[in-house]
Amino acid sequence: MTGVFKMRYAEVGYNLEVDLTSGNIERVETDPKQTELYLGGLGISSKLMWDRVPPETEPFSPDNLLIFSTGLLCSTPAPGANRTIVTTISPQTRLMAFSMMGGFFAPELKYAGYDHLIIRGKSEGLVYLWINNDKVELRDASHLQGKGAVETQELIKQELGEPKAHVAAIGLAGENRVFFASIEQGRSSASRQGIGAVMGDKRLKAIAIRGTRSDISIAHPQEFIELCDEVMQFIEHRQANPIPGVMPILAILGSPQEMLHVDEKWHTESFVWGNARERIKGYWTKDIEKKWKETQESVRTRLISCYNCPIKCGAVISVPGIASYMMKCFSKLTYTMAAYSDLDFGFRIAQRATEYGIDGFSGPQVMAFAVELREAGILTDKDFEGCPSDNEGIFYWLLDRIVRREGIGDALADGTYWAAKKIGKGAEEFAHNTIKKHEQVPIKLGMLNPIYFLMYATGEKINITQIEGQFPQAPFATMEDKQEFVKDWIQVPDEKYKEYFLKWEPRGEFSMPFYPGIEACCEIVDWMERMHYIDDSLGICAGLSSFPLKPPYHIHNYPKFIHAGAGLEMDSAGLTKIAKRNRNLVRANNIRRGMRRADEKPPENHWRRRFPELEEKLLDGYYKFKGWNRDGIPTKESLQDLDLAYVAKDFEERGILKNGQS
Amino acid sequence: MAKVKKTIKTITVDVDKCNGCRACEMICSAFHAEPKYSSNNPERSRIRLIRLPLQDIYLPVYAGEYAEAECAGRNKYIIDGKEYSECDFCRASCPSRDLFKEPDSGLPLKCDMCESEPPLEEPLCVKWCINEALVYEEREEEVEEQVEIEDLERSLKVLLDDFGEEKLIGTLARLTQGEPR
Ligand code: SF4
Ligand code: SF4
Ligand code: SF4
Repeated sequence: MTGVFKMRYAEVGYNLEVDLTSGNIERVETDPKQTELYLGGLGISSKLMWDRVPPETEPFSPDNLLIFSTGLLCSTPAPGANRTIVTTISPQTRLMAFSMMGGFFAPELKYAGYDHLIIRGKSEGLVYLWINNDKVELRDASHLQGKGAVETQELIKQELGEPKAHVAAIGLAGENRVFFASIEQGRSSASRQGIGAVMGDKRLKAIAIRGTRSDISIAHPQEFIELCDEVMQFIEHRQANPIPGVMPILAILGSPQEMLHVDEKWHTESFVWGNARERIKGYWTKDIEKKWKETQESVRTRLISCYNCPIKCGAVISVPGIASYMMKCFSKLTYTMAAYSDLDFGFRIAQRATEYGIDGFSGPQVMAFAVELREAGILTDKDFEGCPSDNEGIFYWLLDRIVRREGIGDALADGTYWAAKKIGKGAEEFAHNTIKKHEQVPIKLGMLNPIYFLMYATGEKINITQIEGQFPQAPFATMEDKQEFVKDWIQVPDEKYKEYFLKWEPRGEFSMPFYPGIEACCEIVDWMERMHYIDDSLGICAGLSSFPLKPPYHIHNYPKFIHAGAGLEMDSAGLTKIAKRNRNLVRANNIRRGMRRADEKPPENHWRRRFPELEEKLLDGYYKFKGWNRDGIPTKESLQDLDLAYVAKDFEERGILKNGQS
Repeated sequence: MAKVKKTIKTITVDVDKCNGCRACEMICSAFHAEPKYSSNNPERSRIRLIRLPLQDIYLPVYAGEYAEAECAGRNKYIIDGKEYSECDFCRASCPSRDLFKEPDSGLPLKCDMCESEPPLEEPLCVKWCINEALVYEEREEEVEEQVEIEDLERSLKVLLDDFGEEKLIGTLARLTQGEPR
């Protein structure tokens, strides 16, 4: 670019473009106008996808991009600004996938001097990318073929002699293009929607970064540091004063504190076991509690954090006799519950699964699905030739087959949706827990929750935890408790949300599914989703913002952070508009790839009591609220309002929107 | 020399409480930016974290004195079965490694306990470490009077070592008189 030098605040102002086919590597200056429109992170990556990945692009095509984006505030002093957003076309959903990871990758990339790393093409042999400030090279990785994702990170740091480098790597699952392969990085992983498979398809084993040369500048330093101080004080306050009346994992900040808490009564009795099938009421006995506590405390070496965050959501797990690894969140229980086993098994198999690099939600469900298919006679003993007979042994055996795509593992490696299609013979009935072809959280409930219905149906981040958060999951029993709750609820965009909550009752006229009403549901869902989209463009961890109740970051202080940090004029209306723009751009990418209303369906059995008519009305209402037509396509007018006229034009050219019609 | 009252400032480092977040590095570099907080880069920090999670090694180390030459021998510690690398516990800005040096100039960095006017309640790295791996304490003690080496003096000493007296004085003279090179 030519012209006057413009000082860049919060961001660096450069992208790194790597073409694996030609080996070409370029540092490219970016246009600050784009920052004003889309901020960073997901906003920028979905714009890049829109501009450069046409809808015909196959997930495993050299033309598919794999983008590692930092959020606009990453590497500034803002606590928890450490998210890497990985964007590509998913082999599983065949839609635009974006999966996030915490840890240290995004800050390191920024200190190396880049806001976004854009990878295209396909390498001939297995390689890894080494980014050392402005020295960037592709290096042979043939000696790392088949190595575990954790092991690979260590080996690369050793061979480079750079213990301080941060490495994101795939394991065998990614190399073999398992549709739910993850990218692992230190204590974190980007695991949803098979982005590790795309990395494997590109023959890229790992990315190692060491960044020491790029200072991150702040537009209004004094103002910014005061905002950070407030957030830190709020964090200290919240951790010392959990929110009363909600379950422990929701009462404090962070992603669910699975590594800290030992009490798993709620998960083990409310979530479902096996192939997302049944609840076991009364599972959590004193004996189980004692045993699980011992297990957890004996393997958990230390609770650890991501870059610049005081909350300790992760842990180093060292099971005697097997290599140490790092874990966070709910993968602690997904293997245990899929296999009807215990916590000790969960920690052991998760070690192998982490080295292979698979998603902790989809992986166990796929294995439990295979077990069910065998019980139903759809898969036969022949498919299971050589499989041990004990329950745990079966899961290890399946895991090994899946990541190698051996025998029945080949079909299973495509996830339950595609595997069922391949296997046939009625297997589809058993792939019952997907939305948009992707396995969901294993939870089955009684009464339809209209708020959750909308979130499940329309979410394009696929995972419910990436949409929910700001509004309590259930009404409180007494008015007193409700009033107590709303007293310091400063995060609400306006007072009406308090009204919705105060009026909400467990039973009677103002209870689910008909209360909150359609309009209120739309507003509540929209608020929750908006906060996630803001986080994903700023790179702030949802665990400090959109996911927990009453977080330190919210719609009222975020504009100040953006103004003081990046020097952009901002207020909450302006920020809301950007979030909306980014939301619609993600949807535009997917609409162009064929996603429609028919795809926006929670699993049939998610709730026992369904209300088809109400559900249709909810969806109609929400689409309208969002500025989308009856089929879920953003209308020309709403696109134009969001400065997305280029999307409307493209939609018209492709006949997705009819000319002159909305 | 005479006895004087001196404030002893101590930061207690409890490595068992460290979660590896590197907030201390980030905020130290931000505090020492000019103007304050206008930028940050942990590489410029006067505290550095040695962090090897799989080995359970978390060691915040403070930048100490500049060393002209490396030590005659090195130390390697094993504590609780954990093997630390050579020099891990050393605070020196020393030619044998790039720790505690400004990344562009190579000039040595030293922890100054966040000295500033007006004085802070506690050093920034301590303030940002809310898990209390770093805890600050002050006490009064009588000590022998001593001349403090200032930042500038320390930097000059490095340049002196690198370029020799003649070159340094010549350059200084030229720069201050604005004479063309
Ligand atoms: S809240 Fe947890 S997941 Fe989020 S940045 Fe902090 S340590 Fe990481
Ligand atoms: S701020 Fe505290 S917990 Fe974080 S790395 Fe530094 S010493 Fe460790
Ligand atoms: S006391 Fe101040 S100067 Fe010393 S390491 Fe901590 S933040 Fe840096």
